[in-house]
Amino acid sequence: MKLHEHQAKEIFAKYGIPVPEGKVAFTVEQAKEIAEELGEFPLVVKAQVHCGGRGKAGGVKIVKNMDELEEAVASMLGKVLKTFQCPDGKPVTRVLIEKATNIDKEYYAAITLDRSKSKPVLMASAAGGMEIEEIVKENPDAIIIETIDPELGLMPYQARKMAFKLGLPVKEAAKIFLKMWEVYKDNDASLVEINPLVVTKEGKVVALDAKMDIDDNALFRHPDLAELEDEEQLPPQEREAKKYNLNYVKLNGNIGCMVNGAGLAMTTMDIVKLAGGEPANFLDVGGGANVEQIANAFRILMGDPDVKVVFINIFGGILRVDRLAKGIIEASKMVEIRVPIVARLEGTNAEEGRRLLLQSGLNIIPVKDMWEGAQKAVELAKQA
Amino acid sequence: MAIIVDKNTKVVVQGITGKEGSFHAKQCLDYGTQIVAGVTPGKGGQTWTDDEGKYKVPVYNTVEEAVKEAGANTSLIFVPPPFAADAIVEAADAGIKTIVCITEGIPVKDMMYVKDYLRKEHPDVILVGPNCPGVITPGQAKVGIMPGHIFKPGNIGIVSRSGTLTYEAAFQLTQEGLGQSTAVGIGGDPVPGLTHKDVIKMFQEDPDTEAILLIGEIGGTMEEEAAEYIKEHVTKPVFAYIAGITAPPGKRMGHAGAIITGGKGDAASKMKALSEAGVLVIENPAFIGKTVREALENPEAYWD
Repeated sequence: MKLHEHQAKEIFAKYGIPVPEGKVAFTVEQAKEIAEELGEFPLVVKAQVHCGGRGKAGGVKIVKNMDELEEAVASMLGKVLKTFQCPDGKPVTRVLIEKATNIDKEYYAAITLDRSKSKPVLMASAAGGMEIEEIVKENPDAIIIETIDPELGLMPYQARKMAFKLGLPVKEAAKIFLKMWEVYKDNDASLVEINPLVVTKEGKVVALDAKMDIDDNALFRHPDLAELEDEEQLPPQEREAKKYNLNYVKLNGNIGCMVNGAGLAMTTMDIVKLAGGEPANFLDVGGGANVEQIANAFRILMGDPDVKVVFINIFGGILRVDRLAKGIIEASKMVEIRVPIVARLEGTNAEEGRRLLLQSGLNIIPVKDMWEGAQKAVELAKQA
Repeated sequence: MAIIVDKNTKVVVQGITGKEGSFHAKQCLDYGTQIVAGVTPGKGGQTWTDDEGKYKVPVYNTVEEAVKEAGANTSLIFVPPPFAADAIVEAADAGIKTIVCITEGIPVKDMMYVKDYLRKEHPDVILVGPNCPGVITPGQAKVGIMPGHIFKPGNIGIVSRSGTLTYEAAFQLTQEGLGQSTAVGIGGDPVPGLTHKDVIKMFQEDPDTEAILLIGEIGGTMEEEAAEYIKEHVTKPVFAYIAGITAPPGKRMGHAGAIITGGKGDAASKMKALSEAGVLVIENPAFIGKTVREALENPEAYWD
């Protein structure tokens, strides 16, 4: 789960990581009140979206007076901000109003999991303001990494060493690194990122931006964090799928995919592409797919206007294919299905399952394997 | 021989009285796996039986008792995510050497601590999973949730991060007349027990395994690390399929571990690393079985 910048900064502030003074506003009126409270200009208006690259897309503006503030806030709220990272855009429903900072130098700092070691790492670089991918690509040596022992946690010497190497004011920066580790650990974060971490002209070290991702699997022990989720940042179908406990990711193609198992669901997208088509989505209905889940999956797929054909790819293991076929037939009575369905059913009792589908009178085309299914789906999508 | 589980495997099911645990304990028993004990704290002294009353298994309060009194040497874990880390550590501390954790949804931090603890205190313990289908040595033992009948005894070793994709691959191999030595589902989490590399090392050393099929997916660098190992140490033919060539960066594809982040973990780089290590990378997932059979029959046509 992603947090907004203002939410992450509130957590940072609680832990003693210096952040610019500011508050979140949902309306122009609130923004003006906050500006009054802060009592000085210039201020910075930052669109709160779950996407990087805001600055270049007009999502960050410096304002010198109340008129400019009003104009900047009005230009952002209610709009969809499209950035190079999110070409489809994210809705702006809130903005962060902050005191401006006199930046001298920009750095990058983050704590995340190093999966190859199964240990967290503190990463930092003097190339702040850039995406980590870019830093690594441009110059892999520009990033300094300290591996954290899970039991000991980040040691003060490691934090100091990092600050010395980067030429940061050591005492302040080391303290920030140590606090970042506490934020990471206490909140079951999968990422704590400060980009940029700045040294101001006054010599202070400040987290100018803040990014936190929380491990979804750990939300059960952080009810306070779970409440912070802004579902509007998800595409509508993904929001709906979440309600039904379905794993769904919207993609740009027109072949709707319905699959059991995450690995097979990815594979189905790949084989559609291999057959010359474009998948409309990733969708895993799970191992124990019942009628209700299949009906919900159809609802999600039919809610995507781009879907021209549905490709069902099910490998029935312990869950028998004939039961799944009955589920599909039942579900198709509950949801109006406006496109043809290509169904590849394999595994336990597959023959019986295919027979049931053929006899159902539904617009379902049974196929014998994945490849035939993908080719058929692509053909139908092109005809539509 | 085979690896990890065989006919001498004696299983304790942690969480045997739960819905999942109970259902799959029966499936494993039907396959012929020796399940010698169950553990559910507070239900010690009871006897677990399946819905048909065919099998009877003693239930203990602790894994320690299951080891001492029933001789369990392998644990199969079904307990819910908030308690799964505790269950793994309990099994290891009780002297269990092979732990298979099926549970999906364990917090990453919990697994990070568990893995660190096992590394330090029980380096000889094998942990498979979590969030995995388990391990099967066809004809000998099934310690997991996979459908047993699609597997067949033979000489291909399978290691995979995905459940249904393992079934798909095993089914295709079986259809082509190729049996499996052991199939290991290592799971789709960011902090796994065994990795691709660990299992490939075991298959290389296993006399019953003649060829290896690796099924990977986007996220992490496990496949790249396996490729490095294969290049240096593996003499048996290795095949690979990587899922997620069309997956967009930053989006979690079902599995917590299947996500391209920080410019790392895309399918193309994994396929490249494996190819360069001499692995035959199969692009079309519908032809996994066929390609393995043809390449084993006629290696010159597939490898230079």
